Amino acid sequence: MNSILPWIILLTPLSSAVVITFFTLRWKAVSSFISIAAVLVSFTCSCLIFTQSGITAAEFNWIDIAGAFKVPLGFTLDQLSKTMLVLVSGVGATIHIYSLGYMRNDEGKSRYFAALSLFMFAMLGIVVANNFVMLFIFWELVGFTSYVLIGHWFYRDAAAAAANKAFITTRIGDFGFMIGILMIWMATGSIVFSEVAPRMPGLAGHPAFVTIAALLVFCGAVGKSAQFPLHVWLPDAMEGPTPISAFIHAATMVAAVVYMLVRVAFVIQASQTALLVVAWIGTITAAMAALIATQQNDIKRILAYSTLSQLGYMVMAVGLASNDAAMFHLFTHAFFKALLFLGAGSIIVMLHHEQNIWKMGGLARKLPITFITFTIGALALIGCPPFSGFFSKDAILALAYERNTPIFIVGLLTALLTAFYVVRLLVIVFFGDTRSDVARQSKESPLVMTGPLIVLAILAALGGFGFFARNFLTLPTETGGVLFVPALAFGAVIVGSGLAIAIYRNRTGDPIDVEILRHKFYFDEFYAWLINWTQELLARVSAFFDRWIIDTAAVDGSSRGTWGIGALLRLIQIGNLQAYAFLFGLGVVAIIYFAVFR
Amino acid sequence: MSPFLFWIFALLTLIFGAAVVINRNPVASALSLVASFLGLAALFMSLNAYFIGIIQVLVYAGAVMVLFLFIIMLLDLRAEEGRQINWLTTAGGLAVALILLGQIFSVVRHFAIAHKRFPPLPESTIDDVRNIGAALFGNYNLPFQIVGVLVLVATIGVVLLSKRQPR
Amino acid sequence: MITLGDYLIVSGILFVIGFAGVLLRRNLIIILMALELMLNAANLSLVAFSRFRVGPAGLPDYNVQVFVFFIITVAAAEVAVGLAIIVALYRTRQTTDVNDISSLKF
Repeated sequence: MNSILPWIILLTPLSSAVVITFFTLRWKAVSSFISIAAVLVSFTCSCLIFTQSGITAAEFNWIDIAGAFKVPLGFTLDQLSKTMLVLVSGVGATIHIYSLGYMRNDEGKSRYFAALSLFMFAMLGIVVANNFVMLFIFWELVGFTSYVLIGHWFYRDAAAAAANKAFITTRIGDFGFMIGILMIWMATGSIVFSEVAPRMPGLAGHPAFVTIAALLVFCGAVGKSAQFPLHVWLPDAMEGPTPISAFIHAATMVAAVVYMLVRVAFVIQASQTALLVVAWIGTITAAMAALIATQQNDIKRILAYSTLSQLGYMVMAVGLASNDAAMFHLFTHAFFKALLFLGAGSIIVMLHHEQNIWKMGGLARKLPITFITFTIGALALIGCPPFSGFFSKDAILALAYERNTPIFIVGLLTALLTAFYVVRLLVIVFFGDTRSDVARQSKESPLVMTGPLIVLAILAALGGFGFFARNFLTLPTETGGVLFVPALAFGAVIVGSGLAIAIYRNRTGDPIDVEILRHKFYFDEFYAWLINWTQELLARVSAFFDRWIIDTAAVDGSSRGTWGIGALLRLIQIGNLQAYAFLFGLGVVAIIYFAVFR
Repeated sequence: MSPFLFWIFALLTLIFGAAVVINRNPVASALSLVASFLGLAALFMSLNAYFIGIIQVLVYAGAVMVLFLFIIMLLDLRAEEGRQINWLTTAGGLAVALILLGQIFSVVRHFAIAHKRFPPLPESTIDDVRNIGAALFGNYNLPFQIVGVLVLVATIGVVLLSKRQPR
Repeated sequence: MITLGDYLIVSGILFVIGFAGVLLRRNLIIILMALELMLNAANLSLVAFSRFRVGPAGLPDYNVQVFVFFIITVAAAEVAVGLAIIVALYRTRQTTDVNDISSLKF
């Protein structure tokens, strides 16, 4: 039966954004209150519909061109989307409350909350969309709002540049996505998920077409979730406020991509080649990001690269044709990554916006609650039992072991690296001597910030257990090698952590210096060179065209041509009367000839 | 009119017309032109256009040629000494003229009704002054008046043009 | 018998003589006279046609002769003005040679 609750979930954040933008920009406290109220309403309604099964919502036709192209605005409300709704609105509510504390002295607070509400709207839209076009619209909206939020402190060049980079890079991916959607519409005649899915097997006669369409759709995912080679925007996006980094780039936007991949899995799974490509891209991203993270010195960057790495794992799982494993890892990752980012935010604020880990140290005594919750999150991230990350990462590794051995080996090594750089972070930030004055003077954060930390820590600790997670998702089934793979994974964790502790204990500077990792494999430099080269080429071609063809040939040409013809014709003006009479006579003779004798 | 007379007067007209063009002495040219006009007047008479014939003599031979002679004498033009004849331009001019002549001959030869005889007139003497007058003052009254104005304008123009500029 | 064609041929020859005079003579006054010859040639052919088209009343077509009348009148006016110009020109340039009045060249 149709319920109005899904529409309320979707439209409340939108109306909050509209109200704040148009009416309450001046009153910061009111704006924040409206925004938080909206997200809490969405969260409550999500919880309400989570308990009910078989709920549907009224859908209405937005575009309908003679049945050939139909775009409805409708909802998919199955177990998966209901879970995601609760997840997104829940984590979102936490972030909203945390922002209250983090942004309390910021003069753009109203603007921030309006953008945040709009982001909620777009994110929820992605979760409940039931057709490609609606998904794409909300997809683009998410990209736009994340641009606004990353560039919140737009007067700083670095932030503005980072926002541009994020938008443009994801746009490239979205372009491929759009073409993929068009190809699917061309092939199956519809863009509604429930109608396309049964028609996919019918395309089995055109494997190349299906592979290309699948890869193009995956392109959108590559862009938004910062997979290789479009990963360059995510670390720079840390220029935005920390709650945004936590929310968008840890818990929701990038994870929404995995959700999208799961939703359109029927497209990708129609082609074995596409699946293989997806799996390898995920693996490469995971390994590459882990390698780069070992050499970074900004706490938010380390966390950003770890997000990239974990996303790689999720995409790897999708490529190995197990949606359940991907969603499980997404689920647990949302909790511990948000926790880690918020913890980092707490540290940063308390150290007066200092982000370099070599200027921190010994913070275990100064910020105890932050320390404990952060450690729980870190342990979950590296996959240490019994925290949630262990179960989900282990599920993916088991899958890889069964289906594709090279990927399994790379995945295992990445797990080792993950443990290495995370423990490195822990050791440098929380243990040892305090290395700077701001560190010495710091104290614990207020409750409005530590409260959410504690909540998320509990979820990160317990989230992996079956009794909790089974209510939300279908868990991936464990098959062969039941004890072998977890043992290997745990072993990798121990080795990595041990190495990190051994190398980084009681240091004031980084002893290892691998330049290529520190420069992030020179990707930014390569892209800058590529763009420069392309633009240079284009500019030269245009300049040539402009200078030679337009200026010389057309403009100069026509002027000189006219002058030349004029000079020729001038010769007729002799001034001699009889010459003119002669020409008259010639003309008359010619006319008579043509009139009479032809 | 008998063909003999026609040819006499036609030849008169043509030969004196050529003399106008060929003569070096301007006075001789003018007098040849007078003779040519007289021949033309005779041809008009042979076509039963009496009024036009008389007018030709009165106006052209009488007034226009007198004017020409006055001007020639006023300017005291001598017979021109030959300057070098530019053979190229002469040849070109002659060529164009002759081609035109050839075209006219050809056209007249192919003109069907040109080989017909003139239809006979019922009366041998016709009052063409009255008829022309009737047409002139009847149908063509307006052009007549305008031509009057034209002549007035020409007179004024001539007076203006020949004024000596005061120095 | 004299036919219309004979008159037309005479008129044509006269016209060409006048045209040759315009092209070949250098003295302005002679040129003007040759111009008069051309006009008269036209008059001759017009009158020939007028005699040829005999109307229902047995009379030649007098409309054409009215036309000829106008031509004579206008030619007279034109000669007067033309000669006045030549006189004015002679006063300034002291020449009536047509090759000397070519200052309107490029």
